[in-house]
Amino acid sequence: MIRYVISRLVVAVAMVLLATLVIFLIANTVPGDPVLSALGDMAASDPVQVAEFRARWGLDLPLWQQYWLFLERLAHGDLGVSIASRRPVLQDIIDYAPATLELATVAFILSVLVGLPLGVLAAVRRDTVIDHVARAVSLVGVSAPTFWLAFIALAVFYGWLNWAPGPGRLDPVSFPPDRITGLLLIDTALQGDWETFHDAAAHLVLPSIVLAAATLGLITRTTRAAMLEALSQDYVRVAKAKGLRGWLIVVGHALPNAMLPVVTLGGLAYANLLAGAVMTETVFSWPGLGRYTFRSAVAVDFPAIMAITAIVAAIFVLVNFLVDMSYALLDPRVVKK
Amino acid sequence: MSDISLPAIASPRIRWLRRYGLASFGAAVIVAWALAAISAPWVIRHDPNFVDVAMRLRPPSASNWLGTDALGRDVATRVIYGARVSLTVGLVVVLVGGLFGTLLGAAAAYARGWAEEGLMRLTDLVFCFPPIILAMAIAAALGIGTVNTAIAMLVVWWPKFARLSRSLVISQRSMEYVEAAQSIGFGPAHILLRQIIPNSVGPLVVLVTLDLGNAILVFAGLSFLGLGTVPPTPEWGSMVAEGRELVQQWWVATFPGLAILTVVMGFNFMGDGFRDWLDPHANRR
Amino acid sequence: MPTAAEPLLPAEPLLQVRDLRTWFLTDSGPVRAVDGVSFDVHAGETLGVVGESGSGKSVCAKSIMRLLDEPARIVGGSILFKGRDLAHLDDEGIRSVRGAEIAMVFQDPMTSLNPVLRIARQLIEAMTAHGRFTVAAARRRAIDLLRRMGVASADRTVNSFPHQFSGGMRQRVMLAMGFSNEPSLLIADEPTTALDVTIQAQILDLLRELNRDLGTAVILISHDLGVIANICSRVLVMYAGEVVEEGAPEDLLTDPRHPYTWALLHAAPRIDAQAEDRRLITIEGQPPDPRAWPSGCRFRARCPFAVEKCAEHPELLQVEAGRAARCWVTQEGGALNTPQRVRAVGAAPVDSPPSVPILEVSNLQKHFPLAKETFFARQRVLRAVDGVDLQVMAGETVGLVGESGCGKSTLARLVTRLHEPTNGRIVFAGTDITHASQSAIRPLRRRMQMIFQDPYASLNPRMTIGEILAGPLILHGIAEDAAAARARVAELLDLVGLPRQSVQRFPHEFSGGQRQRVSIARALAVGPDFVVADEPISALDVNIQAQIINLMVDLQERLGLTYLFIAHDLAVVRHVCDRIAVLYLGKIMEVGPAAALFSRPLHPYTRTLISAAPVPDPRVERTRRHVPMKGEPPSALNPPSGCRFRTRCPIAEERCAREEPPLLEAAAGQRVACHFPGRLSDTNARDL
Repeated sequence: MIRYVISRLVVAVAMVLLATLVIFLIANTVPGDPVLSALGDMAASDPVQVAEFRARWGLDLPLWQQYWLFLERLAHGDLGVSIASRRPVLQDIIDYAPATLELATVAFILSVLVGLPLGVLAAVRRDTVIDHVARAVSLVGVSAPTFWLAFIALAVFYGWLNWAPGPGRLDPVSFPPDRITGLLLIDTALQGDWETFHDAAAHLVLPSIVLAAATLGLITRTTRAAMLEALSQDYVRVAKAKGLRGWLIVVGHALPNAMLPVVTLGGLAYANLLAGAVMTETVFSWPGLGRYTFRSAVAVDFPAIMAITAIVAAIFVLVNFLVDMSYALLDPRVVKK
Repeated sequence: MSDISLPAIASPRIRWLRRYGLASFGAAVIVAWALAAISAPWVIRHDPNFVDVAMRLRPPSASNWLGTDALGRDVATRVIYGARVSLTVGLVVVLVGGLFGTLLGAAAAYARGWAEEGLMRLTDLVFCFPPIILAMAIAAALGIGTVNTAIAMLVVWWPKFARLSRSLVISQRSMEYVEAAQSIGFGPAHILLRQIIPNSVGPLVVLVTLDLGNAILVFAGLSFLGLGTVPPTPEWGSMVAEGRELVQQWWVATFPGLAILTVVMGFNFMGDGFRDWLDPHANRR
Repeated sequence: MPTAAEPLLPAEPLLQVRDLRTWFLTDSGPVRAVDGVSFDVHAGETLGVVGESGSGKSVCAKSIMRLLDEPARIVGGSILFKGRDLAHLDDEGIRSVRGAEIAMVFQDPMTSLNPVLRIARQLIEAMTAHGRFTVAAARRRAIDLLRRMGVASADRTVNSFPHQFSGGMRQRVMLAMGFSNEPSLLIADEPTTALDVTIQAQILDLLRELNRDLGTAVILISHDLGVIANICSRVLVMYAGEVVEEGAPEDLLTDPRHPYTWALLHAAPRIDAQAEDRRLITIEGQPPDPRAWPSGCRFRARCPFAVEKCAEHPELLQVEAGRAARCWVTQEGGALNTPQRVRAVGAAPVDSPPSVPILEVSNLQKHFPLAKETFFARQRVLRAVDGVDLQVMAGETVGLVGESGCGKSTLARLVTRLHEPTNGRIVFAGTDITHASQSAIRPLRRRMQMIFQDPYASLNPRMTIGEILAGPLILHGIAEDAAAARARVAELLDLVGLPRQSVQRFPHEFSGGQRQRVSIARALAVGPDFVVADEPISALDVNIQAQIINLMVDLQERLGLTYLFIAHDLAVVRHVCDRIAVLYLGKIMEVGPAAALFSRPLHPYTRTLISAAPVPDPRVERTRRHVPMKGEPPSALNPPSGCRFRTRCPIAEERCAREEPPLLEAAAGQRVACHFPGRLSDTNARDL
């Protein structure tokens, strides 16, 4: 088992490094000059300033040296300095990450809490009303563009009905808590600041529902399909022949087998949520990594782009690694004696 | 001896409708959109790019069925024209990426050994990058525009086809009809292209259909962020972006999004229908 | 003694099925899978139910336990079990019966256990579900049961997962599960069909013991008459959803009173008798379509004894005390005679020694490296074929026999160069093809062809029969143009007995037997001399098997073919082959002329194999000397040192672990790889 873990770990690290190399190559071998966007037209026409700029940011070194520098700094936890914000990228990321983490996690929990039982029910009560409802819900969730749903949600529940608070993590008048983790729900709870807790939670409702929609659809469909597959297996018939009660068969026999593909998909979905909440964050003015990534891309902020991609790749690799580990736990056939 | 009351035997038409009704509806929706998109320049009177500031932000009316946007352009016309871009990009990305990925995956799976391993690692690597991030990076590097965004999407699109075709070929390559073909003396190219791939087409068609919807969603999302089409080209995503702040003038952002929803749902219905058609065990009655 | 709730009068049956009708109510009409079946089962007795696919035997069994889902429904009849009608019991009622008073064991042990749950859990829940045991007590009992069923180190292995068990062991677990609540009745649906013949013998022995010791009644369903004869005291024969004959196996299997039983008996080759002619007596056609049973006697279309009255549907009538048959012909007490075997022209076996070896294999080895579990793990090697010497002479039929994992399929693929050998030599028709490239071998493929086991997987589902058969013709340039190809394809179809219109049809429109005929036609298209048949009949029903065997024998005579016939069924191999090689774990244990091998087997493995194969005659079964083979087959990854068979051999000695016995000639034409050849069977022919 240990050998399995270690070998998977080695592969994971290699993947992350390769990913950074890829993005480094993309960033440096295609047109698009950070100098221009950073200095502005005026300064960029002055060769002295340009040379200074390039020297300061190491842009005049050969490619492989730049990459080596990047790796060296990475090893020391230094992700470079953002050309646009002039702050260490790591600092930027630390500032923005918790918002995304909180939003994505809440959305994911929501989609699992609703999607999993819905999928199971739909499979068990196949072709009944609940099955059709489940399939309809998952279909709309998977087909609707997130940014549009965000707009509709905001327009209807905030603009028209006024049930939900507006964009942002907190009301403009609220005092944010002292930053411990950056996760508002945790921080406010730890400090006993229940008013702000409610405010943060209220602001989370709409964006997390919107973000959860697609994942909910995916989880419902996958769970339903996996459960149908498991329920058609011989061992389910054997369980019935033993005289086990219906729900015991569904939850005790079929579900553990159905979880395998669901976990794989769920892991990928969570990683996607973390990495791609851009649109929801944009509509809801959520100060998270997604918006940061977008702004860095538009500004051609190489250090920021590379660092973010490394982070995102690392997240994906980590999630895949965790999924592999959970697979080894869930499916005894994976690591054979 | 109990009396048996048998349920009425459903006519073949009813049976077909139960199984494929939804899929046919989806197909009809797609066909309708395709026809509208193709025939737009000849059939529609309004010019999608005609700016008339005096008519800006009018609600839906008899002359502007879906209202006008911030520059006085007819929303309905722009929505129809938007289909041209979306459907084209979706088709190109999925078909080109799909073809490339399928052939690569099939060849690697049949060749086995290093080729197959290498392919797996490569797809793993590409999977590390969510489409949005990579598209943004490439768009940032290459510049904004429909073509560049499509290229960015292509880069991330082919691996899932390679993975699927690989697993299909793996399941077929050890089938006895392949061994029979080998024992007759057919060469690997013939077996792969003429025997294995035709038998693997089914799930690939399902993936293509479902993915067309997916590609349209991703492209619309990128346009929403400003990375896809360049104004003033009408495109659903950028239209929603334009109407984002206009909560009172809800029609500007709502209708383009609805268009996306209907198209993607149509593809999803079709894809599900294909999947059911392929799988004889899917239905009992 | 069965722990029944109510005491039963000795005369009253435990289970009374009356006119059971189970239909599948599909959109396209009802499928009458079970159409009026009645029988009794008494406490402690063993009832066998025999029939081929589509007979309704399995549906009948599942109906008793109400294990069928929509669209299947019990539309008529009653199932009285200890006074209660199971067919009309409510859900909770039937649930309390399942697993507690009636238990069931299914066919495929590999899929019957949930792969992600431990064995212990699956055993315990069977017992706690009915509230008779606490978890702790159930756990202790589970270990006891496993021990009783012959699972080694039960206290430790009970915590394993199913994938760590072999097929035979899993079936023992299923039996343990079945008996855990001491049911009055156990239904076993083809419990040994998926197992090797030696493991099958062990399981059947176990079943017999449990029936005797615990007094549990058993319904044993099988398509194999030998299995039924082995342990059943009464037999039902089912055909087309009905019971067509009923009686004691001694009577039924020696003097059948229904033509279908008669056909089954004659279609199955016997391991204990040398046939004068290789052709089996077989009936034509296939079972009727269950969506529309024919009027009158359902067997009439295929019956060699049919008379006019058969247009009227016969009832199940008593023919003698304790025997019943659904047939007009035997109703008045008439018996069914064995017709004269029609000898084909020129069927006398050629006695002159065959001239040239068409195939010579020496020290052939094939090792498969397995995928490494992790990057750092050791490379494991599967030694599928580990040093085989074999010769096949022109014109003869050589049989390759062995159980699963012995390497016979791999050997077949080595000989036809679908695999490349790791070591050794293959010489075909004088040419060394051991390491030749595929393009070099291609011209030779005109002379050497292969028939595969699975009729469903060996034909490309997307090609028409015509395309499948024309393919080889075009590739090898045998047909000059399309018209010539068409003509030759028509000839081939005639040759194998298929209608000419088949050319436009797709494989899925044909039955298993018909598809196998297409496979044979395809192999013959290029006009080969040598045909390797890899288990060509294993996936077919008994009657169809006989048809295909007859076809292959005919073709051999007409075309002068040489066969390498691979099978696991000893009776078939004895019937069809001139010489036989017995494989175990990648090596040949014994090879020799068929008659000699069976009358005087020299290797202990051959002896136990023969002894394990069931014979469809209860009197023979009971007087046979049974040589049990203990234990499980060892892993091919790590074969035992010295003689590979020693871990299961009844006469193994210390020498067998040190020295590997070479394959040496021990009698005329008979070679054995054993230190003590012939010691186990110092017996005469009677003592199979």
